[in-house]
Amino acid sequence: MEPLKGLLSTLWKALTDQPDPKAPFLESIPEDYRSLASAVLSVAPILMVFPLLFALTTVLERKGLGRIQNRLGPNRVGPAGFLQFAADGLKTLTKEDVVPRAADRVVHFLAPIALVIPVLLTFAVLPFGRNLAPIDLDAGLLFFFAVSSATELAVFMAGWASRNKYSLLGALRAVAQMVSYEIPLVLAALSVVMITGTLSLSAIAAAQSPTPGSFLAPWYVFTPWGLMGFLLFMIAACAEANRSPFDLPEGESEIIAGYYLEYSGFKFALFFLGEYLGLFASSGLAITLFLGGWNAPFAFMQGWLPSWVWFFAKLATLIAVFIWIRGTLPRVRMDQLMGLAWKFMIPMTLLTLVAAGLWHRLPSAPLRWVACTALLAGAFLVLGRVLMPRTRHGRRVYRYAD
Amino acid sequence: MVPRVILGGGIVKGMIETARNFVGSYTDASRLTTVEYPEQRIPLHANARQFPFLVFDGTDPMAGLRCVACQICEKECPPQCIYIIKDSVKKPDYLGKMQMQPKVFDIDLSVCMSCQICVEVCPFDAIKMDTEFELSNDDRFAGLLVNKHQLAKPNSHFARIHPAEAAEVDGRLAAEKAKAEAKARADAEAKAKAAATSPPPAGNPSSSPPPKS
Repeated sequence: MEPLKGLLSTLWKALTDQPDPKAPFLESIPEDYRSLASAVLSVAPILMVFPLLFALTTVLERKGLGRIQNRLGPNRVGPAGFLQFAADGLKTLTKEDVVPRAADRVVHFLAPIALVIPVLLTFAVLPFGRNLAPIDLDAGLLFFFAVSSATELAVFMAGWASRNKYSLLGALRAVAQMVSYEIPLVLAALSVVMITGTLSLSAIAAAQSPTPGSFLAPWYVFTPWGLMGFLLFMIAACAEANRSPFDLPEGESEIIAGYYLEYSGFKFALFFLGEYLGLFASSGLAITLFLGGWNAPFAFMQGWLPSWVWFFAKLATLIAVFIWIRGTLPRVRMDQLMGLAWKFMIPMTLLTLVAAGLWHRLPSAPLRWVACTALLAGAFLVLGRVLMPRTRHGRRVYRYAD
Repeated sequence: MVPRVILGGGIVKGMIETARNFVGSYTDASRLTTVEYPEQRIPLHANARQFPFLVFDGTDPMAGLRCVACQICEKECPPQCIYIIKDSVKKPDYLGKMQMQPKVFDIDLSVCMSCQICVEVCPFDAIKMDTEFELSNDDRFAGLLVNKHQLAKPNSHFARIHPAEAAEVDGRLAAEKAKAEAKARADAEAKAKAAATSPPPAGNPSSSPPPKS
């Protein structure tokens, strides 16, 4: 009875932003089991909330894309089609698990697991609420990038072990893309580290809390370098998660399904899950770095809602934007993808670092606003015009068809 | 309007367009053109054609069947999905004339390609195209071989699904029937007249029956 009471108390404390929410439950159980129970308390909510969010996102994404194309989207299973994910999940669980005869069976089996585990590990350092960071690492940001780059290995394992030319092509594309976009992703995050001077994600989120007298919260996205850094970070995160318009590794018109072509049943579902969880994790990181983490947008709103509600509201907004982008943009070409990363993203992120440095060094508010805005806007225009020139297409001439 | 010279201007334009679609699909019913099929149905096109059926007149399907087992459709059918066996017993058609009838008339649903050639070659207006399209079946052998009892549908059904075509066929058949009846009446009258005026003596060469022409 005592542990149950402790658990309820822990839940209540976690949901209402009170400090040290784990304490009531841990005190109610024997001392030998406390470290294990503490780990379970951190892991269980992540394992419950984010897969469920993934399931809901698949339905909402299909419905949203449908509406963007003036269709209805799934509307058969359950109320308004919202139980579609249950039907899909059951289907993938009961489907036959086909492994190609020529495949490397062990690596083929390990690849989806090796993809999902690092992605789940990245959630460990994200502060979901005021006192809700599973592990408050001093080098949380470093941990996040170190762990999330392990997914590239899993992707290549999948493509290589399938012994299929399309899988291998998809894996090569995926690795090239993820390695290229890792650099702007890290560089964009680095500007925040320069300003806050810490790698701890909890500290970065806390640094963006509104001061009592102010009106607008000091989110980094409200500064010139922060806005540019946020946009670059989101583009890079989109490419890291292999999301449209950067979904070349699975371009079905060219290489069918890319590196997970030879996966069926629940292994395929794991790839799908890993991809979406990766998207949630990088969105969560973007929220923590640029969008104030669990802070409210205005000072007077702070305390209206529990801090984790703000975090998940921002996460839902970012997911909606990702769906919106997917419904709008066609897939880019491989050379366009690489050109964007190396000719535009990396110079821009480097200039964002310069702007963040200027912001930090320049004393007066108007001067640093003008200087940073001028630097970034000028660089954006120049890079857009010079490094990525518009190809001029003439009238298409049909030599033989006329 | 976002100027085109800025990198990403086209993306913003596209995002605005899709947002307009998204919102419009909730506010403007004319944007959502999806017909939610099993519950919601739209009237079929006037020229809808799916699978043939056999027309019968009157109330008894087998007695009123127009088919005379001439087997033209069987021979013309490109995928050879019609199978006919003639019956040894004849039955009167709509003109009262004795005609052959099919003992077996099967169409293989899985083979039929809905080309309507059987309908075009039938000289008796006995086979027509139905508009029924929900033809799935849980028995893939016997269930897909449709026999004459299942194929027989009344003329009123034809009139309902293809009114214009049915009116034309009905008119033509009625005219033929009227013509046949008039001819029969005229023949009967001529016979009666001949019987009344013919002289009883048999040996007279002038009153012999007219030579057949």
